[in-house]
Amino acid sequence: MNRRKMLSRLSTALATVGTASLLTFSALASDTVKIGAVAPKTGPLAGGATVTQWPTVDLWVAQVNERGGLKLKDGQKKIELIAYDDKTNPGEHIKAVQRLATQDEVDFIVAPYGTGFNIAAAPIYAKYGYPQIAVSAITDKIGELTERYPSLFFTLGSTTAFVEGVRDVLTGLRDKGEIGNKIAMVNVADAFGIELAEVARPIFKEAGFELVYDKSYPLGTPDLSPIVKGAKASNPDAFVAWSYPPDTFGLTEQSIIEDFSPKAFYTAVATCFPAYAGKFGSKINNNLGAGGVNPDTPKMKAYRDAHKEVTGKDADYWASANTYVSLQILEQAIEGVGELDREKVTAYIKANTFDTIMGDISFDNQNSNKFWTVGQWQDGVFRGVASVNVEGAVPVRLKDGWK
Amino acid sequence: MDILISGLLLGGTYALIAMGLNLQYGVARIMNLANGEMLVLGALAAFWMYSVAELSPLVTMIVIAPVAFAGNWLIYQLLLRPLVKRAKTSGQLEVDSILATFGMSFALVGIMVAIHGEYFTYSFLASPFDILGTTVALNRLVAFLVAAVIGVGLVLWLNYTRPGTAVRAVSVNTEAAKLVGINVPRVSAIAFALGGAVTVVGGTLISTFITLDASIGVIFTMKALIIVIMGGVGDIRGSIIAAILLGLVETAVATLIDPGLTLVAAYVIFLGILLFRPQGLFGKRAS
Repeated sequence: MNRRKMLSRLSTALATVGTASLLTFSALASDTVKIGAVAPKTGPLAGGATVTQWPTVDLWVAQVNERGGLKLKDGQKKIELIAYDDKTNPGEHIKAVQRLATQDEVDFIVAPYGTGFNIAAAPIYAKYGYPQIAVSAITDKIGELTERYPSLFFTLGSTTAFVEGVRDVLTGLRDKGEIGNKIAMVNVADAFGIELAEVARPIFKEAGFELVYDKSYPLGTPDLSPIVKGAKASNPDAFVAWSYPPDTFGLTEQSIIEDFSPKAFYTAVATCFPAYAGKFGSKINNNLGAGGVNPDTPKMKAYRDAHKEVTGKDADYWASANTYVSLQILEQAIEGVGELDREKVTAYIKANTFDTIMGDISFDNQNSNKFWTVGQWQDGVFRGVASVNVEGAVPVRLKDGWK
Repeated sequence: MDILISGLLLGGTYALIAMGLNLQYGVARIMNLANGEMLVLGALAAFWMYSVAELSPLVTMIVIAPVAFAGNWLIYQLLLRPLVKRAKTSGQLEVDSILATFGMSFALVGIMVAIHGEYFTYSFLASPFDILGTTVALNRLVAFLVAAVIGVGLVLWLNYTRPGTAVRAVSVNTEAAKLVGINVPRVSAIAFALGGAVTVVGGTLISTFITLDASIGVIFTMKALIIVIMGGVGDIRGSIIAAILLGLVETAVATLIDPGLTLVAAYVIFLGILLFRPQGLFGKRAS
């Protein structure tokens, strides 16, 4: 054997060893199920995502891993979470999903945070075939979107259902003779607030209500006192604000200062945050807001306790639970299929009913018609008072001043 | 009357946002894009001290002001002084400082997210107070009074004391100030540090009535920039008057016309001033 041949043998041998070690490495790597998550940690939506989405994702991963991981046909595998900050920027979000799909090669991805993000990123999730179980997304285009993207699911309801919840609460109070028919309505001038206000105008009018004040304000308005003064001057029976977290806090504080307290006082996003009660204490008793839960079921109690224990924070009284439900659905679908085949998992989600902390959930044309629409702070707990197909709603109470 | 009082209070808030940047940009020639983050840092400190130790934001404000002064002085000496030294023209310094402080703003956001990624919500002095028949929030009134004290203090200091005069001299002409024996690097560092301290104080006060979060700084930077440019770079009186003008106009538009048009109104005045008095209300025409 001459020297050249020996060299070539040696290099082949080295190459084989190299390939073999690479193979073992990748075999080791696939001992986990890789789950990606992209949502804001900075930017305008970060304040909401760090309450509603991130802690629940962390909790779920911790719980699944604690029980040994996801049960698949070839054994149990722990979850490896790969999380990216989308900086509340749709472009960043799409880049991060691409990175998760092509470089990190994750098996599944947790759906985005926010209506706009779920819609804007739907094509990229669909392109790579990731089932996208949207939670914090409320739109009237559910039918159109689910038709276009076969792996997109909705769980939090439509804009119309959301407004109808408020309408039903107000009509209920009016029919009992507890309030009149004058509503003061304000909205934040951004896609979310504008869409809700536009849907609400005809719905309220049809129900026989009169809009005595109807104004919008720009996002980030530093002084909301002119709006509260205007609403107060219109002397309404009910106040409805399609608001975002900073203005939910601002409108409430300003109303306390102006002593504007109609018998029904509704603010939208973040009313259900524990920080809302933390800031205002008992003053916000009987305030209405978007969302709600039934905190008394044993499963919901267990979830809320675990949330506090594992993440150190309280879950909110609305979409935190829905986020957990979406992860339970993903978990049960993956275990039901027994492998990490995204197409099979998507088909499984469409065809089955899932046992979750909000009861049994199934999808009808990729939409789950089971969600809370309106909640109310009652003695320190934000309870659901209006829902679509969820049980456990409590009777609505009248607001009686800021005390 | 309602409009006048609410507008003045809002103007006070705007003055708190803008006075610090005016000192930093007008005197130290540093276009500080991390100005808003500095403000939010003050807000975070107030929130943090309130939720951990139930310390009044007013106490936090007094404690944090010297800390912020020292911190900003260090930032200037370590981060920005090298830029000033190597810059051949004022244009180059502007570009360099924009880039450096833009980077700094991301670092600050990252740090604040790590400390508290959620909203800074707490309640302090959120009670009604009656002035001449108009109900105002006590926390806004306190912020306005502190803003007035800081504003008047700064104007007096700048106009009637020797160090203040030196600061103004540097703001008018760096080269000429050097010729009359002013230690320009030292005065610039002091102006930058003072500006930072004023901004942080503003943040602690604003956090009592506006719900902030770690990423909201850029909104305040933009507002501060508009006010500083409207009032005239390097003149603190201009910033104060521009801030009050903005507060009055926004409140008047929100009350009389439509709250949705406040931003439009703000930018219309801004455009008007840029068109007819590009150097700002109190600015000197570039020679």
